[in-house]
Amino acid sequence: MGTSGIGKLPRWLVAFTAACLFLMHLPVLVLVAFSFNSSKFAVTWTGFTFGWYRRLLERDDILHAVQASLIVGVTATAIAVALGTLIALALARHRFRGRTVYEGMMYVPIVTPEIVTGISLLVLFVFLRLPLGLTTIIIAHVAFCVPFVVVVVVARLAGMDENLEEAAMTLGADEITTFFRITLPLLWPGILSAALLAFILSFDDFVITSLVAGSGSSTLPLVIYSMVRRNVEPSINAISTLIVIATSILLYASDRMSRRNEPANA
Amino acid sequence: MGNAGGSAGTSEPARTHGFRRRALAWLAPRPQAQAWTLLAPGTLWMIGFFLIPVVVMCAYSVMPRGEYGGVDPGFTLEAYTRFLHPVYLTILERTFAIAVATTVLCALAGYPVAYTIARSGRWRSLLLFLVVLPFWTSFLVRTFAMIFLMRDTGLINSWLMAAGILREPITMLYTPFAVLAGLVYGYLPFMVLPVYASLEKLDPSLLEAAEVLGARPAARFRRVTLPLSAPGLIAGCLLVFIPSLGSFLTSDLLGGAKELLIGNLVQNQFSTARNWPFGSAASFILMLLVLGAVLIYLRLRPPDSARGW
Repeated sequence: MGTSGIGKLPRWLVAFTAACLFLMHLPVLVLVAFSFNSSKFAVTWTGFTFGWYRRLLERDDILHAVQASLIVGVTATAIAVALGTLIALALARHRFRGRTVYEGMMYVPIVTPEIVTGISLLVLFVFLRLPLGLTTIIIAHVAFCVPFVVVVVVARLAGMDENLEEAAMTLGADEITTFFRITLPLLWPGILSAALLAFILSFDDFVITSLVAGSGSSTLPLVIYSMVRRNVEPSINAISTLIVIATSILLYASDRMSRRNEPANA
Repeated sequence: MGNAGGSAGTSEPARTHGFRRRALAWLAPRPQAQAWTLLAPGTLWMIGFFLIPVVVMCAYSVMPRGEYGGVDPGFTLEAYTRFLHPVYLTILERTFAIAVATTVLCALAGYPVAYTIARSGRWRSLLLFLVVLPFWTSFLVRTFAMIFLMRDTGLINSWLMAAGILREPITMLYTPFAVLAGLVYGYLPFMVLPVYASLEKLDPSLLEAAEVLGARPAARFRRVTLPLSAPGLIAGCLLVFIPSLGSFLTSDLLGGAKELLIGNLVQNQFSTARNWPFGSAASFILMLLVLGAVLIYLRLRPPDSARGW
């Protein structure tokens, strides 16, 4: 990398990139800044306040929605990670008929627009007369998270040394012991990043959730959406800021953890 | 195998141990069964909650409309013939135009950004982090952030008016411009990352060779860098085009009623219009368009990038 450096690039290119990156972050930065603004009309800075955050705590609907989102996120992530990791193991470690086709099919749910996935699930749930609620939300979230888990875990498995597993088997461990004592510990960072991705996808999902939620149960994005629709009070800025902070903490933690477990060569 | 049941004295672990041994012994000579044991749970879930729903949705699209939502038994292609009405063809056209415009703008902005990052030396990981960060930030929050900036009483208008540049606020929200800006803002990282990946793999000695052979910087870019990064650019275009085509939230929150896209049409049929067959048909058409885009991509993709994006 000795030959490359930002100093060798044309000025206009560096300036253009800086402007793009700045614009990519400006909206959220402004949003965060104005969550501490005391004016209700949010356009001019009238003073610093934590008032909008305090207002959030008074709203039962938001607290309930956070609870619902956490229940859905944790449950859906756990199921999706289990199912997805098993599929990834089969794809990366086993030869079976139709493997290439299977791998290709895994991308179909990923590229399918959320609105299509959501509508088709709604139609199915109504057809089966399943009552809409947390259960249907969890079912839907697992369905859209599994393919992402597969992609992430397959990538991790591809970079793993198969010799260690073979050595364990040669030394007399059966497949299950080998899996729990060799494969799983090595795979842990991959599973962790897959879980993080699944949780964030689930926690953030609005389109599919809004279609399969029914009227009784609201996750956080549903409540935020109705707040955005109804009005503009700075409480939305406050809740948005909290989401941004929570996501950053999760990302940072997962980065730290996967680095600690990363083998030296990866 | 030793540690599973060995330490416990009761017969319970021994029995599971025996079952486990028998199961593994049965599976050992059967690689197909081994693979499908692992695949089965997830595959069944995806069949039950992705494939079957899509099939049921297709079935609904060819059934007569029920009076209070839902469908009545029977067969009709009414939903699809209705789509040929100019009103709906306009929506289709608009969706397509907006998706193409988003893709072109993302390519024009994203390529230089990716190029700079790939050549930025020690700044690289920081810049890459800045590109990835919005990808992890809630899409709903980011869309709201755009409203906060663009509405009539929003930040852009109030600053421009305070600075004396504007007398009256310009209407940005609920226009095609707002939808386009929201989509470009939302999907730019999808363009930058694959282009960056292909530029990063580019062997610098090829550029040196071109230089030695007398190619000027513009020619080096056009004849070496651009063709070699084409796979990343094409992948980026697909990754931007697909979600733009199926976008719902952006046009719902930033676009007005005049900026209806297919995604919004689908949702309307299930929420207010209560025409499930027509909504299912629109949804199915949207899915076909997306899969069509993927197939075109697979055709365009050079054979050497056979795996992954």
